[in-house]
Amino acid sequence: MSTYQVPTMAEMASKGETPEVLFWVGCAGSFDDRYKAVTQAFVKILNKVGVSFAVLGPEEACTGDPARRSGNEFLFQMQAVANIQVMNGYKVKKVVTACPHCFNTIKNEYPALGGNYEVIHHSQFLQQLINEGKVALKGGGDFKGKKITFHDSCYLGRANDVYEAPREVIKALDVELVEMKRCRTKGLCCGAGGAQMFKEPEPGKKDINIERTEEALATGANAIAVGCPFCLTMMTDGVKNKEKEEDVKVFDLAEMIAKDMGI
Amino acid sequence: MSFLPQVLFIAILAVAGVILARRIKFLRRNIMLGKGETRNDQPNERWKTMMLVAFGQQKMFKRFLPAFLHLLIYVGFVVINLEVLEFILDGLLGTHRLFAPILGSVYTVAMNMFEFLAVAVLLACVVFLTRRNVSKVERFTKPEMKGWPTMDANLILVIEIILMMAILTMNATDQILANRGDEHYVALGTLFFSSLIQPLFEGFSNGTLVVIERFAWWFHIVGILAFAVYVTYSKHLHIFLAFPNTWYSNLKPKGEMVNMPEVTNEVNMMLGIPTENASEPPAEIPRFGAKDINDLTWVNVMNAYSCTECGRCTSECPANLTGKKLSPRKIMMDVRDRAEEVGKSLDSGGPRLEDGKSLLGDYITKEELNACTSCNACVEACPVNIDPLSIILNMRRYVAMEESGTPAQWNAMFQNMETSFSPWKFSPQDRFNWAEKVKEEELK
Repeated sequence: MSTYQVPTMAEMASKGETPEVLFWVGCAGSFDDRYKAVTQAFVKILNKVGVSFAVLGPEEACTGDPARRSGNEFLFQMQAVANIQVMNGYKVKKVVTACPHCFNTIKNEYPALGGNYEVIHHSQFLQQLINEGKVALKGGGDFKGKKITFHDSCYLGRANDVYEAPREVIKALDVELVEMKRCRTKGLCCGAGGAQMFKEPEPGKKDINIERTEEALATGANAIAVGCPFCLTMMTDGVKNKEKEEDVKVFDLAEMIAKDMGI
Repeated sequence: MSFLPQVLFIAILAVAGVILARRIKFLRRNIMLGKGETRNDQPNERWKTMMLVAFGQQKMFKRFLPAFLHLLIYVGFVVINLEVLEFILDGLLGTHRLFAPILGSVYTVAMNMFEFLAVAVLLACVVFLTRRNVSKVERFTKPEMKGWPTMDANLILVIEIILMMAILTMNATDQILANRGDEHYVALGTLFFSSLIQPLFEGFSNGTLVVIERFAWWFHIVGILAFAVYVTYSKHLHIFLAFPNTWYSNLKPKGEMVNMPEVTNEVNMMLGIPTENASEPPAEIPRFGAKDINDLTWVNVMNAYSCTECGRCTSECPANLTGKKLSPRKIMMDVRDRAEEVGKSLDSGGPRLEDGKSLLGDYITKEELNACTSCNACVEACPVNIDPLSIILNMRRYVAMEESGTPAQWNAMFQNMETSFSPWKFSPQDRFNWAEKVKEEELK
């Protein structure tokens, strides 16, 4: 019986091999119970398609994004410089990640510290696989004909102008994509960016994720698609708060594709 | 003929020129209180951005109604200023409608166009006053708008209405006099919009009409000069600063935070990595992040002076929308207010930056800074590419690195990252555990 493979960079290096792409898992993808499912779904897709990839495994560390955004530049750079040493040591050329915060940091902020890679978000990677016909979608799966709304994550959208790739991925599933009132450049944050994920919100009238969830529910969508671990947590909590968790599920794009592929 | 009006006109023009020059010097110096930053790369892209965003009003049109009305005022401002050129020449030379004989019927067409724009500006200003004071559009009623900012906005609109009325009054009386055969006045054919208000003035004698016409002429030109000076004290500075402000836009991806090389040197030393310029010790230990106006860059301060307080940023800010204290517009207003305060103190020989106050604390609180999700909605929303986020993040750097003043939960997150290389408290050895389950599954 052949099983799914998750090679590490170290294993491949010991065999004298270099993968085409490094899958940067990120902390949420490694530790968050809900997002681990996304990591696993994405790894299954990579296996199925036969992409030459590897992960850093225990050698990966936080990119430092939340430290930098909360003002701790020292800690950010400590993390970043150490990660860059590891990646440059393995001569990494291309990185794919399912976290827009890791994506933004590695793509835009590591070059100033000596880390230069081609970095793409998993929504872009999935779109490429679909366009190249490498991912064979059944189109008749769980999502056929369902209404899906996509929540733009700030670090993918406004921060890096990636709006269409995730939408193309969703449309490939033969579903009805419905937009929220605030979408694309006007998309409303889930409330977790800028290190807010790691502290209670400041005093206010309402939590941001509730505001955003209300907007998502107003579309009448059967599911909310996201492309970010923090958004996934915030939207899932929001749907629970509105007691809609039975009717409206929150999925990451990779999960939806894997589901449709029957893996 | 008396030269008195010409002498008076030259005197007024000179006084306005001197005041304006002093004001521009003051503003320039205040902007330069910010730290140096070079943004001259990609000049073609910069000109393009300026033409699209400032000249072409591209980002205004994300909201159609205000954009359309603003466009009328903007075009009116630019085009009617061509007429001001004639005003100034007439004033200097003692002539009347200098261009009319030269341009002939084209002049009449141009005058009709100016009048159309004057009426359009007037109506747009009335709608804007209504939006601010009657229908009270939410973004104009936020706490930071109390007092002077609201007064400033209303004053500008009222002044513009009065200036436009002066043009129409001048043309109406001018043409009545011309049609009555007063040789000093030139009949221009029909001036459509001002002819509509001519009945108001038909009953007056020629002498009275001349007084009204001359008053309207002087009022308009002196009004415009006074308005130009007023603008330098007002949020209305955007009419000029929008252009350099967009030219100096951040052209990098919005998600990128500027690196701090002074930190990189220390980090490399700690990790034992050789650095290129490690042999040069820094002349003085710089302050990390921003506490006051001089820690920001000059682009940040120019951003503040370019802000016209429209509040589109605040109305898109997720923190503000959900009742948090943070308002990106207030951040920009605070930066400007502090720059003005320090600038005035510099001019009067006061304590300058050492007045016991600072941007952080006296203007912007940590609660505001801590509420930001760094989502870039404010940056995206700004019609003139102002970047409040870079100021917020730079001030957070000061709080974290100079004051160790970050919230306790963030300190815990820092500790996790230092000890287990993740913002959550998990053992680094467990980082790869997620793969165990999937490695056992059969590849279908």
